[in-house]
Amino acid sequence: MSAADVTARARRTYSEEELGTPILGPSALGNDSRRFWHLTWTLAKTDFKLRFFDNALGYFWSLMRPLMLFGVLYLVFSVALDVGNDVEYFPVALLMGIVLYSFFNEATSQGLRSLLMREPLVRKVEFPRLAVPTASVLSATFSLGLNLIPVVVFALVAGVTPRWTWLLCPFLLVGLVLFAWGLALLLSCLFVRARDIEPIWDVVLQIMLYATPIFYPIELFVYINGGEHPELGRLIMCSPLAVVIQQLRDWFIDPGYLSAAEAIGLAWRLVIPGAIWAGVIVGGFFFFKRVAPRIAEDL
Amino acid sequence: MSADVQQRPAVYVDGVHKTFRLPKEQVHTLKERVLHPFRRSGFEELRALRDVQFDVGKGEFFGIVGRNGSGKSTLLKCMAGIYGTDEGRIYVDGRLSTFIELGVGFNPDLPARDNVELNAAMLGLNTREARERFDAIIDFAELHDFIDLKLKNYSSGMLVRLAFSVMIQVDADILLIDEVLAVGDAAFQQKCYDEFERIRRSGKTVLLVTHDMNAVRRFCDRAMLLEHGRMLAIGDPETVGNRYLQLNFSEEARAIAQEEARALGERGAAPVEYMSEREGERFGDGRAEIVEAWCEDAEGRAATQLENGTRAAYVARVKFHDDVEDPLFTVSMTNTQRQQVLSASTVWTVPRPGLFRKGDVVEFRVDFDNILAQDRYQVSASVELSGGHWLDFRERMFSVVVTSKKVTGALVDVPQEVSLNRLGASAPEVVS
Repeated sequence: MSAADVTARARRTYSEEELGTPILGPSALGNDSRRFWHLTWTLAKTDFKLRFFDNALGYFWSLMRPLMLFGVLYLVFSVALDVGNDVEYFPVALLMGIVLYSFFNEATSQGLRSLLMREPLVRKVEFPRLAVPTASVLSATFSLGLNLIPVVVFALVAGVTPRWTWLLCPFLLVGLVLFAWGLALLLSCLFVRARDIEPIWDVVLQIMLYATPIFYPIELFVYINGGEHPELGRLIMCSPLAVVIQQLRDWFIDPGYLSAAEAIGLAWRLVIPGAIWAGVIVGGFFFFKRVAPRIAEDL
Repeated sequence: MSADVQQRPAVYVDGVHKTFRLPKEQVHTLKERVLHPFRRSGFEELRALRDVQFDVGKGEFFGIVGRNGSGKSTLLKCMAGIYGTDEGRIYVDGRLSTFIELGVGFNPDLPARDNVELNAAMLGLNTREARERFDAIIDFAELHDFIDLKLKNYSSGMLVRLAFSVMIQVDADILLIDEVLAVGDAAFQQKCYDEFERIRRSGKTVLLVTHDMNAVRRFCDRAMLLEHGRMLAIGDPETVGNRYLQLNFSEEARAIAQEEARALGERGAAPVEYMSEREGERFGDGRAEIVEAWCEDAEGRAATQLENGTRAAYVARVKFHDDVEDPLFTVSMTNTQRQQVLSASTVWTVPRPGLFRKGDVVEFRVDFDNILAQDRYQVSASVELSGGHWLDFRERMFSVVVTSKKVTGALVDVPQEVSLNRLGASAPEVVS
């Protein structure tokens, strides 16, 4: 009996209502949103546990990295090179910038590697694919939450007074997390196809460290030096990361800092970083959705 | 309506095709793409599944068998929703759970408790369900004393037990299982078998992908054989199992034999030159030539497979290129262990057949009752003069596969009648 005969004999026709649910193959979100969130949460939680509660000093060590970077940058730029001494509470701004940048760095690079690191899962279990990079970003968000505690403490100790604009800060943080999420989705898919995305992204992250007002105040470009390079300051402010950090300086630390709108010159120009922000999130999501069904095969 | 639901197949696979596109050269970096933008790396198409069509009824234990690369795991992954299909659809009625590998996503740095939670989340249980089942899982795995031990400190047996326990505690209506029985010690395997027996009785639908024909015979109601992504056979597990063995022996015997020979050699055991699929040595002075030889089944048709318990025959055609007086014709068959199980010669029946002239053709025929055990047999043939002078000797000229409905592990299946007489308990009687 040939294969075709076997198939023909096995062929029986059913009407639609005689059949169960069709199996549609893997997707980004799946059809059960509770399962998606439960899985994302569990993945992020275990990931976080592994990093911080594995030993008693886990949390301490995770704080050490931004604090050490803070110490070095403070000594080099503020003490030795005298940068930022003409703005209020610059050490607080420096620490906050470092913590936020560390989050951005961690969320995007962990997100980038996430699909490959969980390869056995992706290849052997059916589950909503989006859970993997989302869990990476969520886990980085947990550590952002922990790292922001010393920032607030440091700010209060330094004499920053709480204002009503503090209430607006969470919106900026959510915006930052979403931006990192969009990038993580984009990068994780690209990384499956091209493995040199990782070193390239490392370089981009380095550039962003310098092209973001973290260890210098944006005022350096806009006011100081007689406003010689305002266009450079405006270019820097086109990055959503720069907008978030600058606006937080204004809202959280001291109104003496330029707001993002002031730094970019005209308020409508904020449309540019806004469009980049929205484009990354929407583009990242739809790109991931399109690629998701084939991830298991392409890995 | 309820009658409809009753009749619904648990799984219905409707003409599924699946093709993988394998790039001829793996382009894995942007650099390569940028440096060679016009170099179109060609794709090789691997047709993993071709028009696969079957249904599995509710409560059925269905086996999917096939050799390596036959597409059975791809089929399972399509049913599980891990791969999308290119053509055709798959319908499932009920909650489905897939076990392609035990303990997928187990993290060695986490204790059992966290891993069970993680694994349960992967398999689709929510937190409450996972917590409720935790005790049952640990009970089954017998790991009470090791709940808070990190998995990296577990023995492999303990890991398997934990993973299998999680698997069976997910109550799905349909279970897709891929060769999970190949792991664990004998006692645990027995436990797994018992659990299969229980799952089977509890009316769940199981699709089992396996190489283990004994498991197929023991558990499956029906089975399907895949080869090169096509369905070769479907139905009775006995028949499908035999078909699989034929397939396996005919094409893979050589590879396995070589592998075993290598393993034997490494262990320093008997340096047997293992038999191969290829024809062995050929000696002789060429005055006679064994032109062709084959086996015949009970109906007298040339066959490469013979069924145990039927009549069979060996036939050889010999042509003489010179005048030869009183040649002997012999044949022998050896099994995969190189044990000779059949030997026939004209020396006992026609010791002096007389003179054969140049150009004469002779048919040498051996009819026998096939009592050989299920295995692959190599056939060697010779024409010789008494005293050990070869005219033509063809070692391992061809091979034949014997199939059997029972697997006894014995060298041969001696025809037998098995009976059982109950004798009264109080007053034993002598039964003749």
